[in-house]
Amino acid sequence: MTETSGRVAACLPIRSDTDLAWVRQHVRQAAAEVGFGLVEQTKLITAASELARNTLVHGGGGQVESVFLDRGHARGLRLTFTDEGPGIPDVERALTDGYTSGAGLGLGLGGARRLVHEFSIDTSPGHGTSVTVVCWVGVPPRPREEAR
Amino acid sequence: MTDQSTANRGTSTRIISDFLQRRREQIAQRWADEALFRTVFTVSRDEAAEAAGSLVEALASVALSGRIEDLRAPGFTGVREQLTRMAGSRARGGAAPSQIADEVAALRPSITDLLITDLAGSDGEASGPHVITLTVLMGTLRLFVMETALSAGEEIIDRQRVQLLEVATPVIKLWSGIVAVPLIGTLDSARSQVVMESLLEAIVDQQAKFAILDITGVPTVDSLVAQHLMKTVAAARLMGAECIVSGIRPAIAQTIVHLGIDLGSVITRASLADALAYALHQEGAVIVDRATGAGGPR
Amino acid sequence: MSWGLEGPVSTHVPVLRIGDVLLVTLQGELHDKAAEQLQQDIGEAVAGSSAGAVVIDVSGVEIVDSFLGRVFAEIAANAKLLAAATVVAGMRPAVAITLVELGLTLPGLRTALDVQEALRMLAPPSSPLSPGQGRQENA
Repeated sequence: MTETSGRVAACLPIRSDTDLAWVRQHVRQAAAEVGFGLVEQTKLITAASELARNTLVHGGGGQVESVFLDRGHARGLRLTFTDEGPGIPDVERALTDGYTSGAGLGLGLGGARRLVHEFSIDTSPGHGTSVTVVCWVGVPPRPREEAR
Repeated sequence: MTDQSTANRGTSTRIISDFLQRRREQIAQRWADEALFRTVFTVSRDEAAEAAGSLVEALASVALSGRIEDLRAPGFTGVREQLTRMAGSRARGGAAPSQIADEVAALRPSITDLLITDLAGSDGEASGPHVITLTVLMGTLRLFVMETALSAGEEIIDRQRVQLLEVATPVIKLWSGIVAVPLIGTLDSARSQVVMESLLEAIVDQQAKFAILDITGVPTVDSLVAQHLMKTVAAARLMGAECIVSGIRPAIAQTIVHLGIDLGSVITRASLADALAYALHQEGAVIVDRATGAGGPR
Repeated sequence: MSWGLEGPVSTHVPVLRIGDVLLVTLQGELHDKAAEQLQQDIGEAVAGSSAGAVVIDVSGVEIVDSFLGRVFAEIAANAKLLAAATVVAGMRPAVAITLVELGLTLPGLRTALDVQEALRMLAPPSSPLSPGQGRQENA
């Protein structure tokens, strides 16, 4: 993922159920400000909801930092979710859909990844988890065929 | 480069910078008549001269910093936006990046002449090395403009790609509550996204209960294409509309079976007409022959 | 411009009775706990009123994530155990697209374009509300 610095929009705590709603609210506001279309906004807010819930439920609470990105003719929003929780032991497995296993764990990571343009995760057992997602507006996604 | 030649280069760039600043107005006036500025600033020559003047200043700044071979020299920052607009304007006017680069190259003779004249006046300075310095600087400018022209072009292509996608996927109302999308060409992820959005909007607008996806015009159906189709079908279903995939040619049917693609519970029909008949039947509509009174579902 | 949470934040979403059908209208934000409360409320309402069907109107919902999606699926499963049908009505295109991308196609869930259509679907065949009755298409 390209390291692009930008203007920090907000840093929100994720400590409770109510915080999830505040995160969604903030992302909606920030996404509108960046200029995303309705479908992109919906995807981004939903991804944020998934990741924030993960941070709360699996990470024991944490925070999200949102940053406005500007790359000349492309504007974007970057969200970084961090927690000091147990970390994820098998990232690859977590990224494959858990929904098929009924009411299983389904960390929602795989789904969230499909909703955004760029996705990266930094985690290890005992060292917490950090998930960063980026969405760009004004640049249609290059034909990037997703493998199931 | 030896210490001596570095020192000479340093002196040379300073002399060029000095020259550019002193002769700013004259150079600007000459450049205002050159093709690059003339074709961009078609309305006002004063505007052209002003833009040219800004460019000369920027070049002077680059020369002063000594980084005459560096595209990333801070001196260029001031005119980056202006040059991007000019390159963009030329590109929209139909000029290819190489053509634009040539127009920049055409700026060199007039400024070189002026430099030689200028140096001839001063005491015994050999003009050769300084002409070379100027040439290098103008070469860097040419590269810079070419780079901005290329990225301006990319922007246009991106925008056109989106526009093309939207135009190429019309959604047609076939009947009350029945819409259809004839898909033509390859169905990649970007295209299927546009199709999905257009179709779902049409389902809302038309209050359609049936949506027909006709793939007669889709050359190949592999598992990725099938995946895109299934996503559209699933999304329409969540909204309460049933999708029918029509236009399955025998060859396509064979490929689907051969690849083991599972279309799940998606309703399929060979032709758009068959799909329409099915939807009408589901709606409870009966087509009756006015003359004989005979009719019936298919 | 001041931003507050969209829509009312209530822990109890009202469940209305229209004939044999229970109608639930969701608006704006629904916290996780409110969603779980709703699931409970609907379960109790179906059992208590021996209603034949539940219609969840989501036309005012802008975001449905995996949690809410699963709540819908569970509401439907619970209702089915009590011999009641569930229909989710009025899902917005952006929401549908996002749910599918998340991998939640909710296959067992019945859906309708809007509440009116949902009621038509659920009406008994002989009633004037059922599909295919009394509508003349003039070509």
